[in-house]
Formats: sequence, C-alpha cells, structure tokens
Amino acid sequence: MELTRRQWLLSALALAGCPAAPALPAGLRGGIVGPSDLRGHQVRRRHSLPAPSLRWRTEVAILGGGISGLSAAWALRRAGLEDLLVLELEDAPGGTSGWAPGPVSPRPWGAHYLPVPSQHQRAVCTLLSELGVLQGFDAAGRAICAEEALCRAPQERIFYKGRWYEGLYLRAGASAEDLRQLDRFHAEVGRWVRARGTGGQRVFTLPSALGDRQAASELDRMTFADWLRGLGLTSSRLRFYADYACRDDFGLPASATSAWAGVHYFAARLLHPDDRPPEVLTWPEGNGWLVQQLAHPLGDRLRTGCVVLQVHPLVEAREGAEVVFLHGEQTGRLRARHVIFALPAFLRRHLLPPAHAAPAWLEAFQYSPWLVANLTLRNLPVPPGTRSPVPGFPLCWDNVLVDSPSLGYVVATHQREPPPPPDGVPRSAWTWYLPLGEGHPAEQRARLLQTPWQSWVRLLLQDLGRAEPDLAARLERVDLYRWGHAMVRPVPGLFTSGVLERAAAPLGPIHFAHTDLAGMALFEEAQHAGVRAAEAVMAARGHPFEALSS
Amino acid sequence: MQVPLLFLTVFVIATCGLAYELVAGTVASYLLGDSVTQFSTAIGLYLFALGVGAYLSRFLERNLVARFVDIELAVALLGGCSAAILMLAFAHSSWFRPVLYGTILGTGTLVGLEVPLLLRILRERMEFKELVARVLTVDYIGSLAASLLFPLLLLPRLGLVRTALAFGLANALVALWSTWLLGEQLRRPGPLRARCAMVLMVLLAGLIMADRLTALAEEGLYGDEVVWARSSPYQRIVLTRNRSGFQLFLNGSLQFSSADEYRYHEALVHPGVLAAWRALGRPPARALVLGGGDGLAVRELLRYDSLREVTLVDLDPAVTQLASSHPLLREQNGGALSSPRVRVINDDAMHWLDEAVRRSSSSFELVVADFPDPSSFAVGKLYTTRFYRLVRRVLVPGGVLVVQSTSPLFARQSFWCIVQTLRAAGLAVRPYHALVPSFGEWGFALAQRADDAPPPPPARPALPPGLRYLDERSLEALFVFPPDMAEVPVQPNRLNNQVLVSYYEREWKRWN
Ligand SMILES: Cc1cc2nc3c(=O)[nH]c(=O)nc-3n(C[C@H](O)[C@H](O)[C@H](O)COP(=O)(O)OP(=O)(O)OC[C@H]3O[C@@H](n4cnc5c(N)ncnc54)[C@H](O)[C@@H]3O)c2cc1C
Repeated sequence: MELTRRQWLLSALALAGCPAAPALPAGLRGGIVGPSDLRGHQVRRRHSLPAPSLRWRTEVAILGGGISGLSAAWALRRAGLEDLLVLELEDAPGGTSGWAPGPVSPRPWGAHYLPVPSQHQRAVCTLLSELGVLQGFDAAGRAICAEEALCRAPQERIFYKGRWYEGLYLRAGASAEDLRQLDRFHAEVGRWVRARGTGGQRVFTLPSALGDRQAASELDRMTFADWLRGLGLTSSRLRFYADYACRDDFGLPASATSAWAGVHYFAARLLHPDDRPPEVLTWPEGNGWLVQQLAHPLGDRLRTGCVVLQVHPLVEAREGAEVVFLHGEQTGRLRARHVIFALPAFLRRHLLPPAHAAPAWLEAFQYSPWLVANLTLRNLPVPPGTRSPVPGFPLCWDNVLVDSPSLGYVVATHQREPPPPPDGVPRSAWTWYLPLGEGHPAEQRARLLQTPWQSWVRLLLQDLGRAEPDLAARLERVDLYRWGHAMVRPVPGLFTSGVLERAAAPLGPIHFAHTDLAGMALFEEAQHAGVRAAEAVMAARGHPFEALSS
Repeated sequence: MQVPLLFLTVFVIATCGLAYELVAGTVASYLLGDSVTQFSTAIGLYLFALGVGAYLSRFLERNLVARFVDIELAVALLGGCSAAILMLAFAHSSWFRPVLYGTILGTGTLVGLEVPLLLRILRERMEFKELVARVLTVDYIGSLAASLLFPLLLLPRLGLVRTALAFGLANALVALWSTWLLGEQLRRPGPLRARCAMVLMVLLAGLIMADRLTALAEEGLYGDEVVWARSSPYQRIVLTRNRSGFQLFLNGSLQFSSADEYRYHEALVHPGVLAAWRALGRPPARALVLGGGDGLAVRELLRYDSLREVTLVDLDPAVTQLASSHPLLREQNGGALSSPRVRVINDDAMHWLDEAVRRSSSSFELVVADFPDPSSFAVGKLYTTRFYRLVRRVLVPGGVLVVQSTSPLFARQSFWCIVQTLRAAGLAVRPYHALVPSFGEWGFALAQRADDAPPPPPARPALPPGLRYLDERSLEALFVFPPDMAEVPVQPNRLNNQVLVSYYEREWKRWN
C-alpha cells in the first residue's frame, strides 16, 4: 500500500509539482483551431488546377495580409495610391500578429506587444500618431503614448522555487557576484548602444537595416551563449535572463541564437547606454489591435481566403506580373503592374518561377515552430480568511516560470476589464506560449503536428500547474494554434553573410517584404519591409511620397 | 461475504485517504502561501506517516475487525474535521504549524494502518497473490478518484471545510457497513455500531454547521462575532458585530463601522454636493456613485430631493445584494438601494465608464468614488489618471468628483498622490479631511471640472436637515490641513506604473 500510494504521489508530484493535475479535468473543452493547414498546403499543388474562373486586375497586388502586407497597403494609401488588392490565405488578416474574439476577451494568436518607439522610428511613430496612440515625444526622443495603450502595472513576474517575484531578472537571493555580472552585461550592451557605423549611424537600431550590420560582424560568428561565456558571464540568473529573451523574441535558445541578434535585442531600443528598456504597448488581442486598424480602411480591397499559388513576371516586364490564386474551389488570375511579395521567404520555393525559386542562399532561412494556447479560466470564490495583500507578487500581464520549456503566460484580461459575466462567474483569458526551438526544425514541426490536443493540454497543466495549483479546477477551455513556420531563426551568419540583402532585392516588378528580410520576427521589421517595398513601387512609378523607411 | 463489496470498501478508504492529504496541502497553501513548498511538505510528511502506520500495524494482534472499524472511525473524525481544525487553529492560536503537521501525521498514521490490517483480515479468504494485486489496484484507483473529485467538483462546490467533512462521512459509513460485511468475525458488533452512529452524528452536525465553523474561525481573525460571511469570486465579505455596533469587512479590511460611519459618509458626500450646487447655480440632479455598494453614500445623497437620478456602479453583486437585503444593512442605509430614484449596476467601474464614454450615453453633475483603499493593483487602477480622465468625460462642465483618499496622516504620500493624480487628469482639486474614530484621520479630495464652466447664477447652497456631523462651521474646518498632514511631493498614479500601490503598501506597513 505505502509503495503504490507513494509511487503514485511521487509521479504526480514530478508530473505537476502538486498532486492536482495528472489527468485532464472532465468537461474541459477546446481543440486545435488553426492555421488552415489544408489551404496552406495548396501551394504545392501547381498542376491539376481547374481552369481560372476569376480574373482580377489591379495596379499593386500585395500577397499576404500580415503586418508587412498591411503596412505596404498603408504606405501606398497614405501617398494616395488606392488601386491595390491584398490577397490573404486565411479568413482573417494578421498572419503571425493574428487574433481571435473570445468568450471573455479578444486574445492574440501570435504577437502581443510593441515597445514604445523613439522618434527616429519614423514609420512606427507615424502610424501610432495616426491611431491616436502617440501623443508626442519626451526630451530624449522617446514617444509619449496614451495611458490606455501602455501595458498596465504590474507588468512582469517570475516564478522560482514556489514563489512569484517581481520583474524578469530574478533579484531575490542574487549574490553580489550575480549583480556584478548583471552590471557587466549592461555595460557591454551599453558599449553597443554607443557604437557607430561607418556612415556615423548607430550599429544597432530599429529597423535593423538602417544600422550597420557589418560593423558588428564579429558578433555574428558566435552564439549569444558563447558571447556571454567569453565575457565570463556565467551567473545562472543572467544566463536564464538572456536565454529567456532569445526564446521569447526569436523562439530559439541563446545557445543557437547569433550573438548579433542577442545584442540587438538588448541594445537596439535604448537611446543611450544608461537608458531603461522602453515600456510596451499592448492590447487584449495583442498586436491584433494594430492589424484591425490597418485592415479596416482597406474594405474589400483585402481579399481573404485567397491562396496564392504562383507569381511570375510577364514576359515584358513593363506589363507587370501575374498571380495565380485559389479562392475556395475557384482558380483566379490577378494581373498587376507591381507585386509586393509579403510572404515568408521559404514560400519562394513554391510560388516563384523555377529560375528564381531556389537560390542557394534560400537555405539560410530556417524557421522555428511554435504552439500558442488560449485558455479560458473561471475565477473561484475567494477562500475564507483571505486578507490582502497576498504572499508573493500578484498576477501580472506577463508571467514567467524559471526552468520551464514554455515562456509562461500573458493575461489578455489584464489590459481591459471584461464586461460583467452574464452567469455571475467572472473569467480570465490567458495565452500560453511554447516555442519549439530546440533541435532540428523539421523534427519539431513533425512533433507539433502529430501531438494531439490532449497531450498538449497535459503538458500545459504540468507546466503551469506548479505555479497555479488551482489551474485544473479553473480551466474551462483550451484552444491551440500551431505555427509550423512561426519565426525565422536568427542563427550565426545570417546577419552579415549578405543573405538578407539578397533576399530584399526586387525581381523585376516583384518587390519583397516580410519580417524574414531582417532575420528576426518583429513588428518594426515587418512594417519597415512593407513600407520599403511600397516606396520602391512608388519610386518606380514616379509617384510622389513622404519617405518613412529611410 | 461478498468480495466485490469488500473492494468497494478499499476504494472508499483510498479515496478518503488521499483527500485528507489534499485538504491539508490546500489549507496550508491557502493560509501560508508558497504553495509548492506547502504541498511537498504535506505530501512528504503524509507518506512518512503512512509508513509509521504500516509499521505499527504489527502490534495489533487480536480482534482485527473491531480494531479496523475503530481505526476507520478515528480517521473519519480526524480527517473529516481536519479542515475545520486547521482553520480554527490558524485563527485562534500561534501554533498553526504544529497543529498542521500533527494533523497530517495523525491522519497519515491511521490511514497507514488500514490496508495492512485489511490484508490480514482477508488473508484467509483469498489466495495471497490475488489479494495483494486486487487490493492495491483498487487502492490506486481510489487515489485517482480523489485527486480528480477534489479539485474539480468538491472544492469549488462545497468549499474546504465541507469537503473534508464529506470524506469523513464516507469513511464513517464504511466503518458502519464493515460491521456487517465482516460481521462473522465480530463477537459483539453492538457497541461498535453505537460508536459508528456517534461519529456519523458528529460529522453530520459539522456538515450542517460548516458555515458556523468557518465563521468561528474568522471570528478569531476579526476579534468579533461573525454574523454573516460569504465568498464571492471578487472578495471575502464578512459582517461582524460587537457592543458598539456592526462592521463590514472586505478581504479582511474594514469598510465601515455602524457606530461612526455617519461621520465618514457625511464628509464624503455633502461637500461635493454643495460645490456642484454652487458651480451649477442650482442643486444637482444626477449623481453617480462608483463603488460604495453598501448604499451608505447613496443614503446621504437621497437627502436632497433635487437628486432625481442616482446611479450606483459596484463590481460585486454579492455586496449590493447584501446591502439591499440584509436587515442590519437595510436599516443602516435606510433601504437606499431600493429607492425608485436609484439604479444599481454591477460592473467594473473602469469598464462601465469606458463604455459610457464610448457611447457618450451619460453625464453627471456629481460623481462619488468610494472604493476600498488602493492596497492592490486591482483597486489601484481606480485611482489612476486614466480613470479620472474617464470620470472627467462623464462630468458636465462645473461638475464635481469626490474621492475617498485614504488617511493623510497614516498614508500621507498616498493621499497627496491621489490629489496629484486628479490634478494630472486636468481637474481642480480641493483636498479635505475628517476624523472617523474607526479609521482615524481620514482624507477626501474634491475635484472639479473647472474648464469652460459657464458662470453660474447666484445660489445659496444649504446642507440638508438631519446631519449629525456637519454644519456650516464644521464644514469649513475640514479644508484646513495642519503641518503634519501638509502636502508632500509625489508622482501621479498612472495605469502603467501604479506608484500609489507602492506608496500605500510602504506607508501602512509602518502602522500595522
Ligand atoms: C507566437 C508569436 C509571437 C510573436 N510575438 C511578437 C511580439 O510580441 N511582438 C512583435 O513585434 N512580434 C512578434 N512576433 C513576430 C511577428 O511575426 C511579426 O510581428 C509580424 O507579425 C510579421 O509579419 P509579416 O507580415 O512579416 O509576416 P506573416 O505574419 O508571416 O504574414 C504573412 C501572411 O501571409 C499569409 N500567407 C501565407 N501563405 C500565403 C499564400 N500562399 N497566399 C496568400 N497568403 C499567404 C499568411 O497567412 C500571413 O497572413 C511573434 C510571432 C509569433 C509567431
């Protein structure tokens, strides 16, 4: 008896940290909701197409309704160029910044925040000021933003050995040596904030193309983890902090991320070496809010449910290009004078004419898969004897666990109060992020697609259950989104080998835009890529515009 | 004797055994925080105690069935009452940890005795390998059942005290039933059954009085008799009574005491009404109360016949229901919430204002913000520039906002932070204070939309009859601040920094 019970309890303990979560709670609902894999895989189907029944025409065809595609459309429309069409595969725009309405609150399926920009980020500042979010600049040049769009306090906490602490760097119990190393780290980052390139510009800035990548080429020859080790920065707290940053922003551990990208993460947004990282803008649906603002004015110029299958320049390049797409069961042809290819780089292989489909450098673009789970939880009655304040740091917007494969969870209901619950039971909405960045991408992608919903939910319960003992009792719904090619991997060599420049070069009437072109998946980079492509199109047409991308 | 029924016994025992342990772990982590440590310690100790029990079983030689029933009863009593015992111990003694670990060791030891005894009782009836396999299998399944039932069904539905008692009852029923099932090995089942009946009665009584038990535990925390208590998903609501009157607590902090709340509520409401009256040139007609679900601020507002519409927005339906239905509260607020002039809305004040501004559906001449003190981020957001800007947008030009602003004496920075925040939201502020014995020196801020207000026709605002604290002269005195409460430099409170919560925590720590 003791043995069996003991084994059982210990395995439950190992499984979940506390014995409440070995099996799935009865009545738990949810499922796998996206993306539309079937539709996505149509791009491999070049032959066996029905004869085209849709024929559309436009001046500028934008392929992909993610941030880069929508930003291209925004830049064209700002300059008065309205004859455009955006083709998007999914039923809603947004791509990796997509969102979904939810029973309690809208919630993100991908990107959830945008750091407050500084004045030199012209495109981001212009957009935010048009949206009424940006209200001016402080003396240092940092944007002043509307209070309701800034992430509310408390922002971040970290779970370590049974307790939550404020912030992302674990200060509790840090030794003098730990803190000395943290200072040293900041000093090194500060050095790169100060560094200037050959043209006098910053080495690290946003968008990164406006910096001087080559001036930090030594960083691109090693991983971020090696860089830290080389500086003698071995404190486990610091290593966790740096590793978390890489996994959070790039979906890769520090041991696989180029030191160039790691330093970029910490240095690019600081205005001067002693600056603090900017605050972040966020909404319940994450950057999905920005997607809605960008997509709404497009009206029916945004065509969702359209899978682009082929793009080829017409024989005489002056005539533009033709796009073949599938819309439901119908095939369509879209003629356009210019095309903006706002799709991930790996799709070139399937969509471009054979001569351009597989340049050798395309191999440099590898992708990490991600799993994103949206949770609906009900709030339980407050137990007797409760007194505020509660022990440990209270629930934050971003809640991170040390020693976890996941990135923890973000609370959608943190940023806006949900309406009063019709049944009297208030609920919360959380988003759990799991990057699958370790090991080989193809294997991780296979794991992502083969693992059933139940197993993911069990993993989620194990992961969060140790910090949230009543999670199983509160959980009502778990919906999963599987990103096969979530983020381009910023591996050593990507930034200074010339690949990024080559990928950004236009192909006749076809211009390229996507966050991939920066080697990092970020709103600022996606927007820059879209605006830059739009400006190239306008320049080619001799159409006047206010330059935002340089 | 039917073998399957015997295994049902094992199943129930196993389920209960694990449940007691979950109860102990949960109580410990609720009350002590640090859930992982509490849970692991509880589990470790419990396992150890199971071993102790198993070892002790060798000293039981005769009358095994009778001993088994006794042990069942002991488990039922100790385990069943464990939650109540622990909560009482937490409230009433400084010995909580010894009691906690004692309860765990005791229950564990008794549970550890069960299965070895049962195996010995059944040894004769079945082949040994069969017996061990089956008993252990069922034991295993029982544990699983408990681990699922406990967090999913019982804890949310019954609460801790009742859940433990329910498992105790199941244990005692098994004991009673065993006197028949294993009856042939018993010489005199009569006294045993009587004991079973007694234990069953104790547990049943406990189940019926579970609320009373919880209240008893809370009286230890509050120091007075608890007359009503309930948990909503938002807060723990407790009503206590002593010689001076009755008191309302939310999450353990005092909201009012019937003995002197008139001072607080007269000071909260009347200066604002008079200021609005002066600015409008006539008595105000539309008022909004945010928070204040106890209905006491509304009672003061209803003294003015001019106020035709009073809207009350409070988050928690449990509080407004209590205020409109509990006799003590109804008497205190004069049935204010049932007045035809009053509309009660249960919503988050920030959410409601946001919607009201978006639809531009409401405007008010007077707004009273009567929230609990900003001791948490959840409440602190209702004291931010964002919140006051929203209020400003539902105020008519010249309209007035009054904010209860914690103590300018005990929490001087917090008080002036609220004043500073109101100014940062574009309001003209006049701070004041009053002495409320239950709270001490208490602060308020009167903020006015001074921009583009048309010059009012002359008016002679007057206090309504029936006030006990305020008259013309005492009213003026409220606005004078002695040096020890004078303004200090502070940051305004914004949604993205919530500095007020840290001021508040730092300042009140000094006094508690
Ligand atoms: C889980 C996750 C979290 C993230 N969090 C953040 C964050 O917090 N902050 C941040 O700044 N960035 C974040 N990112 C990065 C995010 O990728 C970028 O911010 C940005 O959304 C990239 O936009 P894009 O247009 O370059 O690419 P995509 O988002 O890849 O857009 C491409 C679009 O093309 C569509 N498409 C694909 N194939 C076809 C086809 N054949 N035909 C038609 N359309 C097609 C896709 O459906 C998609 O809408 C996150 C990314 C992920 C995956």
